[in-house]
Amino acid sequence: MDLILQQLINLLSLGSLYALVAIGYTLVYGVLRLINFAHGDVLMLGAYLALFLLTGMHLSPVPLPWPLAFAGAVALTALAGVALERVAYRPLRSAPRLSLLITAIGASLFLENFGIVAFGGRPLAFPDVGNLDRVVQLGALSVPILSLWIPGVTALTLGVTFWIVYRSKVGMAMRAISRDRETAQLMGVDTNRVISLTFGLGSALAAVGGIMWSLKFAQVNPLMGVLPGIKAFVAAVLGGIGSVAGAALGGFLLGGLEVLFVAFLPDWSGYRDALAFFILIAILLLRPTGIMGEELPE
Amino acid sequence: MLGWTMAALLALGLAQEAGSTPPEKIKVGVVLSMTGDTAAFGEQTWAGLQVAKEMKPKVLDREIELVLVDDKSDKIEAAVAAQRVVQRDKVVAILGEVASSRSMAIASVAEAKKVPQISPSSTNPLVTQGKRYVFRACFIDSFQGEVIANFAVDHLEAKTAVVFKDIAQDYSVGLASFFKTTFVKRGGKITQELKYQTGDQDFSPQLTLLKSEPPDVIVVTGYYQEAAQIAKQARGLGLKSVFLAGDGAEAPELVQIGGAAVEGLYFSTHFDEKSATTALGDAYVKAFRKKHQTAPDGLGALGADAYFMLAGAIEQAGSAEPEKIRTALEQLKGFEGVSGVITVDAKHNTLKSAVIRTVKNGEFVYVATVNP
Repeated sequence: MDLILQQLINLLSLGSLYALVAIGYTLVYGVLRLINFAHGDVLMLGAYLALFLLTGMHLSPVPLPWPLAFAGAVALTALAGVALERVAYRPLRSAPRLSLLITAIGASLFLENFGIVAFGGRPLAFPDVGNLDRVVQLGALSVPILSLWIPGVTALTLGVTFWIVYRSKVGMAMRAISRDRETAQLMGVDTNRVISLTFGLGSALAAVGGIMWSLKFAQVNPLMGVLPGIKAFVAAVLGGIGSVAGAALGGFLLGGLEVLFVAFLPDWSGYRDALAFFILIAILLLRPTGIMGEELPE
Repeated sequence: MLGWTMAALLALGLAQEAGSTPPEKIKVGVVLSMTGDTAAFGEQTWAGLQVAKEMKPKVLDREIELVLVDDKSDKIEAAVAAQRVVQRDKVVAILGEVASSRSMAIASVAEAKKVPQISPSSTNPLVTQGKRYVFRACFIDSFQGEVIANFAVDHLEAKTAVVFKDIAQDYSVGLASFFKTTFVKRGGKITQELKYQTGDQDFSPQLTLLKSEPPDVIVVTGYYQEAAQIAKQARGLGLKSVFLAGDGAEAPELVQIGGAAVEGLYFSTHFDEKSATTALGDAYVKAFRKKHQTAPDGLGALGADAYFMLAGAIEQAGSAEPEKIRTALEQLKGFEGVSGVITVDAKHNTLKSAVIRTVKNGEFVYVATVNP
């Protein structure tokens, strides 16, 4: 029983981490119909920015307290996301979808190699802030405090994203653009501004994901975004790409399946990434729109 | 601007004309993981190589030029890098890699192109097995596995062990199996064998399986990043088992990432200042401390050893031709290197002592030397 509960805690912490990254992934797709392969690398950028602000390296002359450092990193990453859209995606707005996809892969490779050149190939330790490293013992159960924080942050992020997309005026514009960009433009929606904002929001979410990821695994490296990017992509497709709630659900499902896979088939535990790809293939074959995805119009 | 450049070029040309042309440099390819999952290995080895080159910059009155190519911690990139240094840079020998899987990828190129390769620190027996052109400067894992298992039984009085192995690395799979053989022979019991792949970060589901029956020791046969992560998450789950690892755990990142969780972790490696037995070893420690201002480690020492082995072989052969270097390497006997005395046997392996180190207050501390 204790083992099952312990695995549930593992599941909660991993699943919500995947969900957090997947939400940002799906948001950009929902509005632009662009699979932003660079999302994971923006996450990496966010994690490094947070580390630099936190420790007073490069960016900030003095070490900042963590709430300030994290807020700063999220804001700076959002700006970087806006810049990325401006430079890499906007010039191709009316180009075929495939060109955009290739540009996204290019942006991803650029950010990874930029990271290697600028930050070095070796990982840097991410400090423990606010004693999140603590573990609470509940009988035989060990509950890392961070395992409770991550789902909390994910829930909050999900709430804010929902509010922006479904309750705010910008969100209305986002949804209009995702339906039909040209008509939205004709109706007086400033599409460039809204798309920039979407990218900013998506990148801010990536930064939040990056910070939580680094807190959990205590390190940052220039290629740290690759795996979260892939996992979030699978989670987003599983949940139904473009659907915010679907992405969160997909993240939890993927994290859950991975934990269960390792727990019940420890002999196969080296193949957990293969499981993620197997799920991706299966979902694309059986239900390409995902669990909560909208039906494709005929 | 153009005029200046022309003038400079002309001056340079004249200067060269005036002096006698220096003898051609001896080019040596170095393939290491300078970025990626095991970037520390590349940098540690390179640090040692540079010290060795400063200590002995020339052989046969010709300067040695090291051509470094990064393989991004990737098997395929390692083979590509080896091709590149052989075909484009026309090197006479290749030094590299640290990870056994990648050394084997380079070995296929070395064999095909008939260029000798010295792996400084790949310990898997398969690296040199059946190869004509591949050599190494380190002991092999059948010995290392024995050392770790004996240490667990004799010093830690361990009766049960759990083995974590990285199925993407030949090194890890081999070391795990050699450890098991000796540990079981000595009366120990392997309660679980858990697998992962390089790059995995979340080990809590595997570790949770150990909570009901925690083993005396947890042996991680993979590399430092995952070892640090496994130790950290194990402590988070309240597991108190002692951690053991092989030479793949030795990198500053183990402590930087693992923090308090890796305190008391023991690992076997190739060298420690306190274990230096040769004159070259003492000189290397001094030169290393002077250049890098830190204590030397096993990978750096072996990088230097690979360099000195090659330089020695070139001197012995009296020529920098790949085929002659190969023959000289095969005949290398009682070579007093940095990390010990190297004698290349029929299988291109060498018998050397291992060193046990532990993490104490965030530093690597010498525990013991184990002779073969």
